[in-house]
Amino acid sequence: MELLELYLALFVAFFKIGLFGFGGVYAMLPLIQHEIVETHQWMTISDFTDIVAISQTTPGPIAFNSATYIGYSAVTEMGFASGYGVVGSAICTFAVSIPSLILMTLATAFFFRLKNNPWIQSALSVLKPAIIGLIASAALILITPYNFIDYKSWIIFGAVLVASIKKVDPILLIFLSGLTGFILY
Amino acid sequence: MKKYWELFLIFFKIGAFTFGGGYAMIPLIRNEVVNKKGWLEEDEFMDMLAIAQSMPGPISLNTALFVGNKRLGFKGGLFSGAGIILPSFVVILLIAMVFTQFKENPVVERVFKGIRPAVVALIVAPLLSLGKSAGVRWKNLWIPVVVELAVWQLSISPIYIVLAAILLGVSHFIYLRKGVKK
Repeated sequence: MELLELYLALFVAFFKIGLFGFGGVYAMLPLIQHEIVETHQWMTISDFTDIVAISQTTPGPIAFNSATYIGYSAVTEMGFASGYGVVGSAICTFAVSIPSLILMTLATAFFFRLKNNPWIQSALSVLKPAIIGLIASAALILITPYNFIDYKSWIIFGAVLVASIKKVDPILLIFLSGLTGFILY
Repeated sequence: MKKYWELFLIFFKIGAFTFGGGYAMIPLIRNEVVNKKGWLEEDEFMDMLAIAQSMPGPISLNTALFVGNKRLGFKGGLFSGAGIILPSFVVILLIAMVFTQFKENPVVERVFKGIRPAVVALIVAPLLSLGKSAGVRWKNLWIPVVVELAVWQLSISPIYIVLAAILLGVSHFIYLRKGVKK
């Protein structure tokens, strides 16, 4: 019974993330963080940061990756066997995809009416700048004493920031900062 | 049936080889769907992209669903959607199984101490160019600033932010339209 309740809670949380996750990869982070870390406490903020790191180095968008990962880890950390974790993974991944499936099926059907629709354009006129604010808050939420332990963390931060603006491959940057962490700590 | 599997395979391939998230997939999808297969015209693809971006959900999934739907209806969308999701699902599931075991390992912990600040830097880095393309100027800079403070300091759910932004945009439009009628 406890397991079913957890499955249901996971389904609802990721359905919400799929439905309100506008603006792509990073804009979804504060929403995922709010549901997973704050509301349900399925993981800590530093575990969440690790998932973002894993997402940045593996295929697929963060919304799926976090759904798959959290579906598994939330179930197994409650003491259930890993088989149930796989089911949890599948439930979360499915839940996060359903809103897209419904909305995009409708969008395809009404394609030519949606194009340049003034109502959608007007909604987006505020939503788009708001999404930039969401991304900025994703970064600020992750600046915690767990993620930034000392001055060395800030040096890594600064170096990666400059390199990334200069278009250095993010996977290479993650790899190099992991190596730096291994050497420095 | 063969056509459905063709859709599945194309998006499976794209899902398996694009790292780091949605936007990286767009040029690959365009290459397959517009250049190689000729399922969509170039301008049709660009229009579709604009719609996929204005819908919630990952843009790569939205694009896959649109192409599948456009070509073979709802069932086509199911196949292309499953194709793009499956590779990351398998990879992340395996990582979750291994990583939940080794999280406490001291070597893994040292490596992630270095990675965590880098993750934040990678989120900050594209903000400026994203802001420009999202139409952020001096006169509407207050919008992202207010949103950022509300989410970061007041822990307001981004769901309310999204709803408020849509409401504000639409009511501004209604207000302007009334002004025109007078």
